[in-house]
Amino acid sequence: MSISALLSMGRCCCRCCCPRGLWMLSAPCCDDRRMCVCPGPRRIGIPVRSSSLPLFSDAMPAPTQLFFPLIRNCELSRIYGTACYCHHKHLCCPSPYIPQSRLRYTPHPAYATFCRPKENWWQYTQGRRYASTPQKFYLTPPQVNSILKANEYSFKVPEFDGKNVSSVLGFDSNQLPANAPIEDRRSAATCLQTRGMLLGVFDGHAGCACSQAVSERLFYYIAVSLLPHETLLEIENAVESGRALLPILQWHKHPNDYFSKEASKLYFNSLRTYWQELIDLNTGESTDIDVKEALINAFKRLDNDISLEAQVGDPNSFLNYLVLRVAFSGATACVAHVDGVDLHVANTGDSRAMLGVQEEDGSWSAVTLSNDHNAQNERELERLKLEHPKNEAKSVVKQDRLLGLLMPFRAFGDVKFKWSIDLQKRVIESGPDQLNDNEYTKFIPPNYHTPPYLTAEPEVTYHRLRPQDKFLVLATDGLWETMHRQDVVRIVGEYLTGMHHQQPIAVGGYKVTLGQMHGLLTERRTKMSSVFEDQNAATHLIRHAVGNNEFGTVDHERLSKMLSLPEELARMYRDDITIIVVQFNSHVVGAYQNQE
Amino acid sequence: MNFYRLLSIIGKQRTSPGWQNWSSARSSASAAEAHSTTLPTQAQVVICGGGIMGTSVAYHLSKMGWKDIVLLEQGRLAAGSTRFCAGILSTARHLTIEQKMADYSNKLYQQLEQETGIQTGYIRTGSIFLAQTQDRLISLKRINSRLNVIGIPSEIISPRKVAELHPLLNVHDLVGAMHVPEDAVVSSADVALALASAASQNGVQIYDRTTILHVLVKKGQVAGVETDKGQIECQYFVNCAGQWAYELGLSNEEPVSIPLHACEHFYLLTRPLETPLQSNTPTIVDADGRIYIRNWQGGILSGGFEKNPKPIFTEGKNQLEIQNLQEDWDHFEPLLSSLLRRMPELETLEIMKLVNCPETFTPDMRCIMGESPAVQGYFVLAGMNSAGLSFGGGAGKYLAEWIVHGYPSENVWGLDLKRFGALQSSRTFLRHRVMEVMPLIYDLKVPRWDFQTGRQLRTSPLYDRLDAQGARWMEKHGFERPKYFVPPDKDLLALEQSKTFYKPDWFDIVESEVKCCKEAVCVIDMSSFTKFEITSTGDQALEILQYLFSNDVDVPVGHIVHTGMLNEGGGYENDCSIARLNKRSFFMISPTDQQVHCWAWLKKHMPKDSNLLLEDVTWKYTALNLIGPRAVDVLSELSYAPMTPDHFPSLFCKEMSVGYANGIRVMSMTHTGEPGFMLYIPIEYALHVYNEVMSVGQKYGIRNAGYYALRSLRIEKFFAFWGQDLNTLTTPLECGRESRVKLEKGMDFIGQDALLQQKQNGVYKRFTMFILDDHDTDLDLWPWWGEPIYRNGQYVGKTTSSAYSFSLERHVCLGFVHNFSEDTGEEQVVTADFINRGEYEIDIAGHRFQAKAKLYPVASLFTHKRRKDDVELTDLHGK
Repeated sequence: MSISALLSMGRCCCRCCCPRGLWMLSAPCCDDRRMCVCPGPRRIGIPVRSSSLPLFSDAMPAPTQLFFPLIRNCELSRIYGTACYCHHKHLCCPSPYIPQSRLRYTPHPAYATFCRPKENWWQYTQGRRYASTPQKFYLTPPQVNSILKANEYSFKVPEFDGKNVSSVLGFDSNQLPANAPIEDRRSAATCLQTRGMLLGVFDGHAGCACSQAVSERLFYYIAVSLLPHETLLEIENAVESGRALLPILQWHKHPNDYFSKEASKLYFNSLRTYWQELIDLNTGESTDIDVKEALINAFKRLDNDISLEAQVGDPNSFLNYLVLRVAFSGATACVAHVDGVDLHVANTGDSRAMLGVQEEDGSWSAVTLSNDHNAQNERELERLKLEHPKNEAKSVVKQDRLLGLLMPFRAFGDVKFKWSIDLQKRVIESGPDQLNDNEYTKFIPPNYHTPPYLTAEPEVTYHRLRPQDKFLVLATDGLWETMHRQDVVRIVGEYLTGMHHQQPIAVGGYKVTLGQMHGLLTERRTKMSSVFEDQNAATHLIRHAVGNNEFGTVDHERLSKMLSLPEELARMYRDDITIIVVQFNSHVVGAYQNQE
Repeated sequence: MNFYRLLSIIGKQRTSPGWQNWSSARSSASAAEAHSTTLPTQAQVVICGGGIMGTSVAYHLSKMGWKDIVLLEQGRLAAGSTRFCAGILSTARHLTIEQKMADYSNKLYQQLEQETGIQTGYIRTGSIFLAQTQDRLISLKRINSRLNVIGIPSEIISPRKVAELHPLLNVHDLVGAMHVPEDAVVSSADVALALASAASQNGVQIYDRTTILHVLVKKGQVAGVETDKGQIECQYFVNCAGQWAYELGLSNEEPVSIPLHACEHFYLLTRPLETPLQSNTPTIVDADGRIYIRNWQGGILSGGFEKNPKPIFTEGKNQLEIQNLQEDWDHFEPLLSSLLRRMPELETLEIMKLVNCPETFTPDMRCIMGESPAVQGYFVLAGMNSAGLSFGGGAGKYLAEWIVHGYPSENVWGLDLKRFGALQSSRTFLRHRVMEVMPLIYDLKVPRWDFQTGRQLRTSPLYDRLDAQGARWMEKHGFERPKYFVPPDKDLLALEQSKTFYKPDWFDIVESEVKCCKEAVCVIDMSSFTKFEITSTGDQALEILQYLFSNDVDVPVGHIVHTGMLNEGGGYENDCSIARLNKRSFFMISPTDQQVHCWAWLKKHMPKDSNLLLEDVTWKYTALNLIGPRAVDVLSELSYAPMTPDHFPSLFCKEMSVGYANGIRVMSMTHTGEPGFMLYIPIEYALHVYNEVMSVGQKYGIRNAGYYALRSLRIEKFFAFWGQDLNTLTTPLECGRESRVKLEKGMDFIGQDALLQQKQNGVYKRFTMFILDDHDTDLDLWPWWGEPIYRNGQYVGKTTSSAYSFSLERHVCLGFVHNFSEDTGEEQVVTADFINRGEYEIDIAGHRFQAKAKLYPVASLFTHKRRKDDVELTDLHGK
């Protein structure tokens, strides 16, 4: 497949930033003579103060040469002279051409990928350069399926005595990477000491360190916030006396959803400090715990801990670097807590929770349970303006980005938007060399006068489940920017109920020939096969998100092209997509309703 | 009087034939409901089920002179699967007993109209079995050979001939076909009604709309039935309840396990063609396309056995009325495609109806008949695997004989209810297994296939150890047994594909295992064998065993006796080995599938004596078979006891310690004729003993072996298998086992008279070993079993088992030779001279191979001495 063919497919993720700010960048990860010209950072763009065009022309590295025709094809040639883009992965990546930086650390997956050299990239681009005729190749349907299904996970709430008494039937989740490595994360767990189930999607930026940490830790903070005083005391006493701890969460994880073993001790200590404070703060009155408040507290506390850990540092140099990377990268979070008919959604950033409601006539409608925290949200714009002096009103949001840089207006981590300049400088200077060498971390956002500009405080929505609420879709913006919410709900709804609703054929009194019937059946089977292909609603949704043609049906050729994009190009056409589809148990929900 | 009411219903149906008229027929039946009926209070036999099975049993019982019979039907006669049946009578079956049943049915139905005056719609159409592949053609050729020798005409024909026989068929993708000209179509409901009418005339009382609630049992014996209209006392109960037979069996206080399960089955009915099909147009079976097609009222009737069956009624009776089942066109789509591929001209034919007619399937695709092992007088005939019409007549006849005489006239072990145990009666097992069985009806049946579902139920404690060492498993009576062990360097994928009529992929593997058994030592896990212990306080155990067994079991303690358990006719009910543990206690080893049958036989004949104890200890012992000349060394090293023949003679049993474990029953026999030992190990020691044997055995070249090696070793030495070679109709004298019978042991035993008579008169068949001469192991089709044997060009019998002998480097087939009179076909005495003076051929799928007949095993196989100058360096290698 030629690159022009790729581009002619016309879906370029650059669209979210192209029309807005065009940023010139001397990529900090490269030395001066190796300027990277990469497609656009979706979340963060960094303006370059001095850039000289001649540098491009006389010492242009291979990827640059490759991308020039590319950009022209993209009708972006007009920006050639003034702007180029940097793949945001490079922002905090220490120079890939310093191999020793890799050798100093154990190759933990998160870490290895964090400072992964770009050999593949060079191989790919150089290989391309010499390919005289563009080769045409398509992935076969089984290949497409193996890509789409690689990360799929399904969980069914176990039944007791043949009955499922939970309001959740189960969930399907999946993710499709565009970044390499993927920066999205997902989590799902059942609370063991309280009732309810937690599900969340986390969209990382400037690396995956923060989203990874949040995906591991946030649910513990929420679960602890929900625990009654006695249980907290019991756990604390158990820790103190070395007894076995009460388990708090039952995780439902795909094998690829890992936990960082190295930081586990550190994370535990921070969590313990949190519950110790909760114990101390308890006034003795046993009041009902408010889920909304618990969610807000947990979000804020975790963000605070992330920030503190980075400021304090750790004697272990690996851990020290890890906590810094977590703090300097960022992540949005969209978390649902389902307990009986009570559904709380806590959202920070631009991921979204969508409720699938089946109307009486069988049709589907979408109810949004979260607000995006970005420039499209008037109330967020208002909030930001109120939180900062009037003279910053113009600079605090520029080109629809926070301080002209960041797309989400709320996020975990991202201490560059939270700490004072002094603190940032101090931490960086005392930090490890890798941090010091990293231009991105050193770079202070423009117009940075009254930090913090960013918060992790979530907006919590409450919804009381009704029998017609069939499912909840939690997904990162990778899904929502390719598909309308109404389509999402319709596709999932039809998938989940599709088979039951397909009317059986009956000949009745009509005159039907064998040939006619055969034609009809073959047609029905073809229609069904796309549904049958997926055992997972999230996979089915991704198939549509990536492969839908203008008629709203999955086009295999398009799907194949999109999935066979080399990992370095994929990010231009799509973002990481992470989806969790939670299915509700209408019988149980209905029974709750009848009780009251 | 009751019957005339039924006849009037039939009359109504006859005037308006066809599927459309069910409702009218039904309403006429309900009109008759007002007719009040009182059930008799007692009868000799109560039959449950008014389908083709129940009516056929009633018909045959009444023909044999039994008059005091009541037949009860919960709905109307012939209203269940019998009504919905596609009406194809086909004699092309895989088992000879099934062929015979179908052949008998065919002849019965043909003359039924004349006998009863009721039209049955019998038309001889013939049937054509299509082969799209060479393997399918081989399978058809094998059936063809067997049909011909039992007198059913059939021939293998070319695709061109197929096109001549059937006008609409697309034959371009066929490689051949089999034509069975005497097969027929018939209305099964009318056959059932005709049988009922004839039975009724012979005195059988028939009551419909009477539901049996449960069967009353007293002291393990049928005492009566409880119906919704009152009780009937009876001696015999026959469960012909079709798909409800399982539930009815469970409704007993002491449940009778009848493992069967229903699946939905679909077939299509069309309007007539423009030029209506002739009523004698042959029936087509396109097994590769998974469909059958017959002519039906000028149009066609076509159904099939799909790959993804829909099991139904798992949770029991009457979730759905059988009449109200939905048509599922989407499910039928693959079969419809297949039909239109086979007959493209049907495109324009108008659909009349898609019929959903549940059929009953059993765990091994064979029907179920016979007496329950748990309740005497409780007979079953059900689970027809959608061949109810074909088997109905014959199966009813055999069951009637069974009830009247105590045994049927043919060997029906393969269909006997007692081949199953309680372990096959789980609903989950049945549901899963029938989903495999239903497609299998049209799958290619190759030698040595194993079921994939319902596995790993009974396993030896060594299962995981053996599995990790590459064991490939087969299942017998729910027990997993290793077939062979795949060496680590073999390509596993290729081996799993070994579905062939030719030389299988595991040939080399089994060869090396056999070689190791002959030269060093192998260990085979034989835990599946049925093991009973019989003990008593006095001489009761010895007395009953002397009565039950043909050999003299009054041997010194520690001796083992090979013997048979015979029936009155002298036939083998069981073939086993008995070890005398002490004066009053015996240990009995029988084949795996004897667990239920042997238990029932012993229980039936044992006096009710609290001092006599029979215990099934199968689960208590793990059995390891150490086969080979070095077994002696391994065992003596592990036990610090001399194990040489001087100290431990052949057929001897001793409890001793092996490794750290004490109380291991060591027996100097291997079931193969090779030197070695059987170790019966209390299960908690199994792993320990196995590990010890393997680690000590290493220096003697020990390795694991499986049943295929065992089988080859047994068959080359002319050892018979019960259930395969031996059955209830074969006597020890017929298979050269005079030495295992002590006619003069000083006391009577079952079957003694028959044997004495046979000794005087001579035998009418003789178990013979055949060594194939001009058979190329690599290129020719392998023998399996059931191949016809020809003596001087005359058919004399069929093989019963076969294996490749790695020592003789030839195929060995075992089988029975008869002496049919050339004029009358009557059986005559078979003498040794008759056997020896003949030229033999074995027919494998239509190709005849020359064979040497032997009445005694090849002597050289029993000498185990290795000459000194034969030793090679390679013998020093570990195996």
